[in-house]
Amino acid sequence: MQSKAETISAKKKYREPLARIAKRDAMPVLLSWGIRAAAVLLSLIVSAVVIYSITTMNPLKVYGAMFEGAFGSQRKIWITVRDTMSLLCIGIALAPAFKMRFWNIGAEGQVLVGGIATAACMIYLGDVLPTYALFIVMIVSSCLAGALWGAIPALFKSRWGTNETLFTLMMNYVAIQITSYCVALWENPYGSNYVGIINPRTKAGWFPEVFGKQYMLNVIIVLTLAVGMFIYLRSTKHGYEISVVGQSENTARYAGINVGKVFVRTMLISGAVAGLTGFIAVSGSSHTISVNTAGGRGFTAIIVAWMAKFNTLTMMLISLLLIFLEKGANEIASNFGLNDFASQIITGIILFFIIGSEFFINYRIIWRKKIREAV
Amino acid sequence: MSRKLLSVLLALSMVFCMFAFAACSEKKEEGGDKDKANEDIKIGAILLGDENEGYTFAHIDGIQKAAKALNLKEDQIVWRYNVPENENCYDAAMELVDAGCDVIFSNSFGHQTFMQQAATEVPEVTFVAMTGDTAVSSGLDNLCNAFTKVYESRYVSGVVAGMKLAELVKEEKLTDKNYDADGNILIGYVGAYPYAEVVSGYTAFFLGIQSVVENVAMQVQFTNEWFNITKESEAANMLMASGCVIIGQHADSTGAPSAVQAAHEKGTVAYSVGYNIDMQSVAPDVALTSATNNWAVYYEYAISTLQKGEKLPQNWAEGYEKDAVKITELGSVCAEGTAEKVEEVVAAIKAGELHVFDTAKFTVKGEKVDSCVIDLNNNFETTDPEDKEAIWDGYFHESELRSAPSFALDIDGITKLNAD
Repeated sequence: MQSKAETISAKKKYREPLARIAKRDAMPVLLSWGIRAAAVLLSLIVSAVVIYSITTMNPLKVYGAMFEGAFGSQRKIWITVRDTMSLLCIGIALAPAFKMRFWNIGAEGQVLVGGIATAACMIYLGDVLPTYALFIVMIVSSCLAGALWGAIPALFKSRWGTNETLFTLMMNYVAIQITSYCVALWENPYGSNYVGIINPRTKAGWFPEVFGKQYMLNVIIVLTLAVGMFIYLRSTKHGYEISVVGQSENTARYAGINVGKVFVRTMLISGAVAGLTGFIAVSGSSHTISVNTAGGRGFTAIIVAWMAKFNTLTMMLISLLLIFLEKGANEIASNFGLNDFASQIITGIILFFIIGSEFFINYRIIWRKKIREAV
Repeated sequence: MSRKLLSVLLALSMVFCMFAFAACSEKKEEGGDKDKANEDIKIGAILLGDENEGYTFAHIDGIQKAAKALNLKEDQIVWRYNVPENENCYDAAMELVDAGCDVIFSNSFGHQTFMQQAATEVPEVTFVAMTGDTAVSSGLDNLCNAFTKVYESRYVSGVVAGMKLAELVKEEKLTDKNYDADGNILIGYVGAYPYAEVVSGYTAFFLGIQSVVENVAMQVQFTNEWFNITKESEAANMLMASGCVIIGQHADSTGAPSAVQAAHEKGTVAYSVGYNIDMQSVAPDVALTSATNNWAVYYEYAISTLQKGEKLPQNWAEGYEKDAVKITELGSVCAEGTAEKVEEVVAAIKAGELHVFDTAKFTVKGEKVDSCVIDLNNNFETTDPEDKEAIWDGYFHESELRSAPSFALDIDGITKLNAD
């Protein structure tokens, strides 16, 4: 490279760019988190300028309201926790798939089919089975439904080399149509096109309160999954295989790993966890099913998985941040008569800075003058 | 390794912080004062959209007018905008309970089931699911439903459209394309969902047109969404392509009128009748009028009733008689004599001389309908003792047995293009 550059510069006057970028060596952990913190701070300052210039309101008050919206009362905290858990759970589902560079864009659909399976159990078996049996059936069927939805694209990829990005994406639309069909089938009241809350009187198939808290079970399940997935990816043979396939399929093949088998196996797990999210959403949170049960979280979770670099524990932080921004945005929309779009601008700015900060953690910029000195 | 450790620590500390916070604020919230003076009534509003969406805007406007009339202060109303029809509605309702609201209104049908859940848990607060239908059948006395008799104003808006049709026929503006094989003039309707609320609305609209021009046939295209500008505009374009001259709507956006305006500019003969808001700003050359509700009438009634310490009726529905419905200002393109005709029809409705669903005015499969039992306990059947006959004295008594519309007969002359 060096010699080529020299020949070019010898032939005609070589113009150096103003800046070059180069990959950094690993940065001390404290420094990298410092950069991230600085990015958040900077984004808040920029947002403050934007808020002030659009609305002439005190940005500190707006930030205060955002905090109020997410953590303002015990109920709000629990709602934030519940939604964080549901986003986190999808992130956990996506982690193994993305780690092996399998582009699973289909979490939305996998959550939905899990939700449908759960709702079907609640409707048809709610009065038939005792609580413990109902829960076992709900968990198993939602996992199976999600696993099936995830494994189909993986099977096709391993057998016929189909494109999993398109395949998983298309599976979402199939799932949405099946959900619409089920909603029409189960609608209550008749003709309303809504399923309504299932078993409102008997509460059959609803998550019970744990330690007196309505959403404690959601937290327990999802945190267990997060730790479990963390260990699975870091410390098991399967996890190692996933990581090798992710780095290079050819290397994996050379090392004797059956890549197709890893695809299918991992997507079974990924889909099953997504299906379980559907179970948590229906049984543990909304108690109904609609095409909005996944609510776009299947896509938001992709951001969570990537920002956390597939580390399911870091995902807790990212999920909380995103849900905090969502709740905060709703609150300021209600309190300040700003509509949703204004608050989404703030969310956008903050995310832009956080994602952007990764650039400065991984790369360094070398300015023109420095290059001369180096030469 | 240390990086891994740090992220674990951060994550865990976050979780602990959250629980610590939850535990702290738990104490703070105990002991609210429930016995406050009636003047200090606090109102919660759960709204599907915000002021940019016509249907919700009409509710916001209604609540604000009622608040002004009753001298309520700004901090006596807590607003929740853009609340979807899912568990967020339940969350919002419970947050409003925490905020000390005595009555909570939700404005969309899909909110009802979540309002009902909240009503079960908090019996001391009144929950009003506007446009809903399960208040009585739920067995909860703190859950109420309210609706206007909007079918009356839809009928009147149909009369306005009928006057325009008559004028177009007289001026020979229609072509063969605008007639079906039986010689009926084609009318289009963009509906949201195929259930009673919408069926009742388009049937009233159709009967209004038919009261002026007899040979009409209507096609209904459903969008399966309350607010979708693109879908509504596509539906309107499809209807106009098959020859429809009037495009009515029961969906909440300006999609259909805008599409009609665009088609008009390219030479198509078509006119629009809107819903909720005056459509003249988006469709100045084609908007005849819009059927709309005057929600302030109900909000003022409901809030003042509660202030007096009385209970709200579980079903409330009023129309022209109490000024709870109206049509918006007539567009400049309306036919001559429309205003006088409208006045005459409204007077007849108010006087009880004109009934929109007069059984002498429509048929089902060629036959007059003399009996129609409606399902009042929401069990899919019409054979229970709670279910009641809605036709007597020669007309269907819409919104009288319960506030939500229940007229769901498929009358002759109306074709549903895309429902089951």
